[in-house]
Amino acid sequence: MSSPTDSSKTGKGRVISYVEALQEAVSQEMDRDQGVFVIGLNVDDHKAIQGTTHGLIDKFGPGRVIDTPLSEDAITGIAIGAAMAGMRPIHVHIRMDFLLLCMNQLINMGAKAHYMYGGQVKVPLVMRSIIGKSWGQGAQHSQGLHAMFMHVPGLKVVAPTNAHDAKGCLIAAIRDNNPVVFVEHRILYSTDAPVPEDPYTVDFGKARVVGDGDDITLVGISYMLVECLRARKLLAEAGISAAVIDPVSLLPLDVDTIARSVEQTERLLVVDNAWVTCGAGAEIVAAVCERRQGASPLAVGRMGYAPTTCPTTPALEKGFYPNAATIASKAHSMVRPGEPEWAPAAEPTLAHEAVFRGPF
Amino acid sequence: MSGNVPVDPETLARVYRSLRLIRRTEEEIARIYPSDKIKSPVHLSIGQESVSVGVCDVLDADDVISATYRGHAAYLAKGGDLNRMMAELYGKGTGCAAGKAGSMHLIDMGANVLGMSAVVGTTIPVAAGYAFALGREGKGRIAASFFGDGATEEGVFSETLNFASLHKLPILFVCENNGFAIHSPTSNRWATERLCERVRTYGIEAKELPDDDVFAIREAAGHAAQAIRGGSGPQFIECKTYRWREHVGPGEDYDDGYRTRDELEAWQARDQVAATGAMLDLAERQAIDDEVEGLIAEAVDFAEQSPWPEPEELYSHVFAD
Repeated sequence: MSSPTDSSKTGKGRVISYVEALQEAVSQEMDRDQGVFVIGLNVDDHKAIQGTTHGLIDKFGPGRVIDTPLSEDAITGIAIGAAMAGMRPIHVHIRMDFLLLCMNQLINMGAKAHYMYGGQVKVPLVMRSIIGKSWGQGAQHSQGLHAMFMHVPGLKVVAPTNAHDAKGCLIAAIRDNNPVVFVEHRILYSTDAPVPEDPYTVDFGKARVVGDGDDITLVGISYMLVECLRARKLLAEAGISAAVIDPVSLLPLDVDTIARSVEQTERLLVVDNAWVTCGAGAEIVAAVCERRQGASPLAVGRMGYAPTTCPTTPALEKGFYPNAATIASKAHSMVRPGEPEWAPAAEPTLAHEAVFRGPF
Repeated sequence: MSGNVPVDPETLARVYRSLRLIRRTEEEIARIYPSDKIKSPVHLSIGQESVSVGVCDVLDADDVISATYRGHAAYLAKGGDLNRMMAELYGKGTGCAAGKAGSMHLIDMGANVLGMSAVVGTTIPVAAGYAFALGREGKGRIAASFFGDGATEEGVFSETLNFASLHKLPILFVCENNGFAIHSPTSNRWATERLCERVRTYGIEAKELPDDDVFAIREAAGHAAQAIRGGSGPQFIECKTYRWREHVGPGEDYDDGYRTRDELEAWQARDQVAATGAMLDLAERQAIDDEVEGLIAEAVDFAEQSPWPEPEELYSHVFAD
């Protein structure tokens, strides 16, 4: 994919994958701070969470890279307790769907502890979670649940879309004194970007404009950022100039950057890697509308998962997700509402999707 | 309780003082409650004080406890600040959580009282996680986790026992078995009464105490704490006890039909506050009682005189810096 990071930010030209960036972030932070530890099912095995925890067990040992029983509720609470005591746990989940087993501890304790205990404790906790897609991930390995966490005060939610931000956001999340839900996407794992070797942080609450444009603002969340960038190319062929924005962090949310782009385009289309109803897209559109208070006409649109459960068969799955073509078509209809529907032909399979072979 | 005093005079006086302070504080809360000055659901420990007192008496100041929404007893037994607790119940800015906790989420990290929780069972893994950190710290500190019989039915209880045993965490699990989950008796909830047997299957030593004898609890907790400091990993004690008042609120509920006054009277006959008080000579007991009354009066005064939190405090502590 094209890197949304400019060279002044990335510094050196070393290119590594999203997986390697995550691994490097954790390894460097564990070097820096003895209180940082990794906990989760299979974090220490030969598959190493698709490589993201590769080598950590050898370097730091089982005391800091901790395999767990299948007890998400308790492990979340244990991580919260350790965090209250000053440690910095990274709780890893191979799929985001499993965070539903953590909800009681995460929502009732983790999110609230600092507030309901009057500031006497802090919960510096990272919840790493991976959204799956394709090769039959289906109903329970594909969910993007970030909006559920955005709803609850006390949690931060970030969804980096490239290797540079994956490393910087993960280091920022580890150093943050609050619970951070860290949203990864399986299809992004093989993507490369220039990533500095030295540790650095990517600030939460700062969106990134990854493509300028005058006619419409596309906001792509998680993997959908990639599809938005592809849609931008298709739209350019039709003479439509689309700005593309990566929010990077969903909570805190940088409304300013999105609103600034919308000032120019007066059209906003948010494409989420999740369902639309009560989703991050609804929040972003509403926040921008509130900001503008009808200052000028504004066309808005939201796209996301079909309002269905995710099917496993490719024959149905392809209709479940937005893609570059459907995004471009929707954007075209917003920019040129009087014209007939436009359905551009797009490569059905992305380069890095082709790299991703099943089963997991 | 037998006429023989099972402990040294200092311990007896200390235990009685703690029991008395908790009992009288909660009676005072119940007295004030109808005035609506305390706008917080209170779950009184009256009748159950001996569990907290017996356990906390053998803990060191730098050991850590966590407890439940019925947590006044544990908070005070561990040395939590009484003034700040009372102010918290009043919703005042000087409260232990600046008015954001109320009765159900008391905390005093200065006394190593980890926050309490209204969602049953939630503090159990949190205490274990804290114990995990204490183990890493390697200074011999331990955690004690108080919870009720209902919490042992939550999946997280079993999950936590397993993890704590697997990793030999320095934690003492203390079940305050008062026989009811709100109004539901254990006979409606438990396939068998053999809680300790269940716990032992995780490789955790478990001791069942048949009643609320404060010195028996203290002795069991002392042995358990010693074993934990020696590297045994977690230990478990189940203390049978009885909640004298209603589940939530200041009153009694013996006319509601789910339990009888006879049951209460059997427990009241062995009231641990009265029993330990009777072991003291009258003058010493009177001195302690006077001191306790003075502390409570001071706390109520502190709460009444304290200011409300400023409106902008609504937004403080949403996120930590």
